Amino acid sequence: MTVEIELDTLGRRCPVPVIELSKHIEQVEVGGIVAVLADDEAARVDIPVWCRMKGHEYAGAEPAEHGTRHLVRRLR
Amino acid sequence: MTYLDHASTAPLHPAAREVLLAAHDEGWADPARLYGAGRRARLMLDGARARVAAVLGVRADEVTFPPSGTAAVAAALSGALAARSRAGAHVVTSAVEHSAVLAFAEGRDATLVGVARTGRVDAGAFASALRADTAVASLQHANHEVGTLQPLAEVAAACAERGVPLHTDAAVSAGRVAVEAPALLTASAHKWGGPPGVGVLVVRKGTRFRRREPAGFPNVPAIVAAAAALEAVAAERDAEDARLRALTGLVRDEVARRVPDVEVVGEPVERLPHVVTFSCLYVDGEALVTELDRRGFAVNSGSSCGTASGLPSHVLEAMGVLTHGNVRVSLGRDTTEAQVRAFLDAVAEVVAETRSRL
Repeated sequence: MTVEIELDTLGRRCPVPVIELSKHIEQVEVGGIVAVLADDEAARVDIPVWCRMKGHEYAGAEPAEHGTRHLVRRLR
Repeated sequence: MTYLDHASTAPLHPAAREVLLAAHDEGWADPARLYGAGRRARLMLDGARARVAAVLGVRADEVTFPPSGTAAVAAALSGALAARSRAGAHVVTSAVEHSAVLAFAEGRDATLVGVARTGRVDAGAFASALRADTAVASLQHANHEVGTLQPLAEVAAACAERGVPLHTDAAVSAGRVAVEAPALLTASAHKWGGPPGVGVLVVRKGTRFRRREPAGFPNVPAIVAAAAALEAVAAERDAEDARLRALTGLVRDEVARRVPDVEVVGEPVERLPHVVTFSCLYVDGEALVTELDRRGFAVNSGSSCGTASGLPSHVLEAMGVLTHGNVRVSLGRDTTEAQVRAFLDAVAEVVAETRSRL
C-alpha cells in the first residue's frame, strides 16, 4: 500500500484532520491512498465516519512516532 | 434566550414553585421527630413518596430519595452488588450509559455491551453477556445524548430469567415516557422540572439489596416539590409527547434538508419525544455552541469541547457517528414551534458561515 500524500495534523484539534483530508483527497487518483497523521482523540472516530459519509474506504490506522497514521483510500 | 437543553436540566415546573415555598414553611422540621412539626414533615414526605411511587407504577415503600441521580445510581448498583457477593462480582452494562453508571463499572469485572449506529443495544447481545457470576446488570431506559430508547422490557425479561437484578437509569425519561421498573430504577428530579438535589431510588420488593449509606437528613421541601412536578409532567405527558415528538421530528427533517453534510443521529422512531441530536461535518462543536449562544439559543454538544474530559462523547464514539460539530437539542414544555423554526434558521446560517471560512 503506497501512501501518495501524507497530511500532518499533529497538534490540531478536530475537525481539522477531517477538513485537511477533504481538501486533499482529490489530489490522488481513484484507488490512491491519503495518510492523515493525527494525535487528536476524535480523529480515530471521525476519519472512518467521514469515509462512510463520503464514500471512501478507511484502510486502517498504524501507530506513528507521534500520534496515529490514518489511511484513506479514494474510491470515487 | 431560547433554552434548548432540557435534557441537562429543566427549569422548575410552575406546579412545583408554590409547593416548594409552602413546603419550606410547613415541612422544615425533622421528620424523624415525634412532635407536631416533625409529624407534619413526616406526613409531607410520606405523601411525596406515595405520589412519586404512583407515577412510577411502584409501591411507596420501594422509593427513597438519595441526594442526586448520581448518588442514586451508586446506591442502586453498590447495594445490589453487595447483596449478591455469593453469586459473583461481574457487572453487565452498555457502552452508552451515563458517566454515573460507567464510573461504577470502571475498575470492576464489567462487560460493556456495544450498540448499533442508532445507539440501541441489541437485547440478545446483552442477554448473552450475562454470566453465572454476574451480580448486577444496568441498562438505561433511554440514551441521554441521542434520545434512543433501549429494549428495556426484553432485557429485563432476560435478566429475570437468569436471576440477575437489572437496574435502569431513567434520569432523562422519568415522567416523560412510561417505564416499567425492573428490580432497580433511578431518576433525578431536576431533569423533570423538580428542584435540584433530589434523586430517586426504586428497589422493587423481592430484590436482594443492602443499603450501605445512612439516609441522612431529607430535604423534605425539595422532595415535596419534586413530587408535585413529576405529577404535573405525567399529567401533561400524552399531549406533550405528541407535541414535542412533532417538533423534534421537524428538527430531524429540516436539519437534514437544509444543512449539507450533516448526520442526524439516534433512533428515528423508538426515541424520547424531546431530544434530537445531529453532527455537522467540518464544523467545530465549540464554535457552533458559542455562535448559537450569541444568537440566543442554549444547546449542548457532545463534541470534545463540550465534555468535561475534553474527549469526544463516549456515546457518539460507541455509535460510530461523527463526534465533531455535534449539537444536542432538548425541548421542554415551554418550547414553541416558532422557537424551533428560529433555531433551525440559526443553525443553517451558522453552519454555512463557519464552513465559508474554511
